[in-house]
This record gives sequence, structure tokens and C-alpha cells, in this order.
Amino acid sequence: MSLTWLFEPFRHEFMQRALFGCALIGFTNGALSAFIVIRRLALMADAMAHSLLPGVAVALLLFGLAPGTLFVGALVAALLVAFGTQIISNSSRIKEDTALGLLFACSFSLGLVLISFSRLSVNVSDYLFGNILGLGDADLWSIYLISLIVLPMLVALERPLLLTVFEPSVAATQGVPVKTLKYLLMGLLVLSMISSLQAVGVILALGMLIAPAATIYLLSDSFTSMFWMGGILGCVGSCTGLLISFWLNLPSGPCIVLVLGLIFLLAYLFSPKYGIVTKLLRPHHLHEASLARWKRRDRAQM
Amino acid sequence: MSYHRLEIKDLTVSYKRVPAVHHVSLELRCGSCVGLLGPNGAGKTSLFKALVGLVPLETGSMSFHGYSKSLAASEIAYLPQRTTVDWDFPITVRGMVEMGRYQVLGWRKRFREDDRRAVDQALEAMELEDLGHRQISALSGGQQQRAFLARALAQEAHVFLLDEPFSGLDKPAQDLLAGAIRRLANAGNLLVVSHHDLRTVRDLFDQVIFLNGELVAFGDTGLVFTAENIQKTFQTHIFSGSAHEPDLAV
Repeated sequence: MSLTWLFEPFRHEFMQRALFGCALIGFTNGALSAFIVIRRLALMADAMAHSLLPGVAVALLLFGLAPGTLFVGALVAALLVAFGTQIISNSSRIKEDTALGLLFACSFSLGLVLISFSRLSVNVSDYLFGNILGLGDADLWSIYLISLIVLPMLVALERPLLLTVFEPSVAATQGVPVKTLKYLLMGLLVLSMISSLQAVGVILALGMLIAPAATIYLLSDSFTSMFWMGGILGCVGSCTGLLISFWLNLPSGPCIVLVLGLIFLLAYLFSPKYGIVTKLLRPHHLHEASLARWKRRDRAQM
Repeated sequence: MSYHRLEIKDLTVSYKRVPAVHHVSLELRCGSCVGLLGPNGAGKTSLFKALVGLVPLETGSMSFHGYSKSLAASEIAYLPQRTTVDWDFPITVRGMVEMGRYQVLGWRKRFREDDRRAVDQALEAMELEDLGHRQISALSGGQQQRAFLARALAQEAHVFLLDEPFSGLDKPAQDLLAGAIRRLANAGNLLVVSHHDLRTVRDLFDQVIFLNGELVAFGDTGLVFTAENIQKTFQTHIFSGSAHEPDLAV
């Protein structure tokens, strides 16, 4: 049997580009996901992803289709929604989640309306579901640059970030600039979200930002390993998903997220410490010493 | 004789102009264990937060060893109530204690032999050396509280502000924690402990602060811990702003 199908994807330039992009995006998002999972920012991240749309639309209307303008548009939109949320929740009795939900829904709708006005034939589904097979040079560059900003920042600031996410008020008493770090984390979140737009689109971007760390969270009790292993898992999982989508001729974005989801499911079921199946299979006598004592007593009675 | 002390002068803390702690002045000696007593909403947590700079001071000042507080920030450790922490956080007991080294290390210095030793000593002092590898949710309540103390010890703090450390602990755990607190005080540290259970006050504290918005009484436990002061603190209403006492505002 010939194995050419196995190496087929690596022969096409578009697949080489896609794999390179996927590896970078997967690693960056995977590493960042440790913070998203621990800070419980999952829904916040989802809302941010959707709110990028009007920025992209405005950028398209004003400047046409160019990665640079899309990037700036998305960034501005996300920052406006993030700050708008803070302003509304701080100045009224509306809570943060409500403000965010409201703003992102409006923002997303505004984006759809704006796109319908534009005469340009913009493919909304590319935005929603990604098109990693169509990565151009500029896209690859922006992905590369974003990774180059996000990863070193996270690595350099790991210690204060860890203190901040663990217990912000104690961290503040220890001189950690808690507020600045929170905004910084938001900024990095927006950046890496923008980089995953091309790959999997806004809706599926959330999967890459949550699944890796959620999986490792079930396997390890160390934040550092959540960070690094999350990155590696995101990288390997994304590339695997992409290859499967090529071999089976399926859409790439959903394949990537499904692979990550499947790995999560395995950890959920079979994690040595926290898996639900593992827990069921474990003997009921958790305490080995007490188990041994019971056995001795049984023997003595026999 | 001038001893090491924490001086608080005329301290007022307010939230949106509604005062929570009024014009409190205290002078606390290092080497003693001080109980902070008062009903819910008396401003115990607010006082702690003001001392570590988490909430701004409306009026007043404080100094430690004669220096203004900002110079001594690393010497004051705040230990929040246990419920404020996410105990499922992926970190071991040792990892949490290592966080106490932040002021020494900053964000970029490497973790060195000295730091490792400080963490070892802190764990040992709190009798947690065998539990260092455990994930923090695998500790009992009393052990969690002692892990907080170990973290503050690793910080090389001199003043420990403990927010309700005894609440929810059973008797043996309370005794262990009380022993640890006593040892820290005997070693020359100042411990201020907010506390609810009036039955244990005499056993635990050298001095007590009665707080209900205002300072009601402060002094050696034997002298100040009287039925009259308890009555005054817990049963009479003391003015704490119109928002708290709508009847008085009319």
C-alpha cells in the first residue's frame, strides 16, 4: 500500500504555510489559555471575539481589504468594547457580565449591518469560521509578530501574573501592579485572538483559547506546566486537526477544535488524578494505611 | 523604653464618602498577639486593608518602627479570609509559599538557594514540611491557614494581619493554629487577628482592640476584655454614617 497520502499535505505550499501558522497560533493561544481558564475569562474572551467584527467591517469600508487595516480595526473594536464594559459597570449598577454581553451583541450586530452596506464582496463566513488554507505572506507575518510579542511577555511576567491571578488583593499588598497586569492580559488576549481569526474564525477561536489549558488543568497541579504544556498541546493539536482535515477533506477550523475537544474529553475521563472514570475505578479505601489495617483484621478473624 | 511598634494615628477609611473606620489611633507593640473584635461591618477588614494600602486613607497616618508605612511595605503581610482564595488553583503548598518571595525577587530575579532556604524554614515553622508537595485543596482548613502564615513568613514579614483565621476550624485545628501564632509572637512579630469567638479571647490574645466603626476600647486583655466593653461593642449602635443608620439621619 502506498503511503503517498501521508506526505501529500507537506508537498503543497499552501499546506506548509497553514501548518506553520497553525503551529504558532496553537502554541500562543495554548499558552495564554492557562490564564484564561484560571481567571475564568472564557466568556469574556468569547464576547471579545465577536466584538471584533465591526472593527473589521469599518476597516474594510474605509481602507479596503488589507491585513494591516483589518488588524487595527479589530484591535480598536475590541479595546472599545473592553473599556466600554468597564465604564458601564463602574458607573452604574449594571454588572460587568451584563455590560459585556450587551456591548458585544450590539457590536456584532453593528458589524453585520456595516458589512451588508459595503459593496465589497466580503466573505463573512471566512471571518466566522476561518480560512487557514488561504494564509498570505502578510497574514503569516502578523501571526509571527503577535506570537513574538505575546509569548515573551507572558514568560517574562509569569511570576507577577501568577500572583495576580491567584489572589489579587494579596498580590497588590506585595507590590504587584495588579491593575496594569489585568489590562495587559486583556491586551494580549485581543492580540492572540486576532491572530487566530484567520485560522479558525471568531467562533472557533475560543476553542483554541480554552481547550489546551482546560485539558492540562485536569492533568497537572502546576501552573507552569499548564502554561508550557498548554502551548505544546495547542500546537500539536492544531496541526493534527489541520492534517486530518486535509486527509479527510473536511473544513479545517472545526477539525482543529474537534481534535482539541477530543483530547480534553480523554483527560476528563481518564486523567490519573481528576478523571471521572479513574475515580470510579479507584478502590473505595483511599487511605492505604487504613486499607492495610482492615485487611489485617480480616485475616485475624479468619 | 522604645520598643518596635506599629503606630496608627487618627485613621479614617471610607467608601464613597461613607466612613467605615473612624479616627482610630493605636499603638501596637511587636512581640504581642492582638485580637481585633467587633460585629460584622465594624470595619475590621477595612482597617486591615487600609494598613496594607489596599484602600486609601481618608485621614490619618501610620508608621512602623518610626518609618512611614510605605518604607516598610514588605514587613506587613495581609492574610485574607480563606474563602477569598480559589483552592482549586493549580499550585502546590510549596508553590504558594514561594509566592511570598516576590518582594525579594521582583519579576525577573532567579529563585536562589537563599529563597529555597527561606521557604523551607517557613514550611518547617508552620509544621507543613511534609505537605509541601500537596495541591492546596488537599489541605484541611487549619493547614490552609498555616500555609498562609508560611507564605507571610517567607516574605520575611514582621507584622501579620490575619482576617478571621479561626472561623470554621475545629478545636484541634484551632489549637495548632493558636500555637503557631503564639510562636510567631514570641519570636518578636506583631500579630493582629480579627476574631469572632469571644470564648477563646482570653487564651489567645495579649491585647484586644474593640472596634465598631470607632475604637471602643484597646488595652491588655486582662484589663479591657470586660462585659461592659463587649456590651458596648456588640450591642449598642455606634454612628457610622447616615447610610448605615437611616434612622439617625432624619
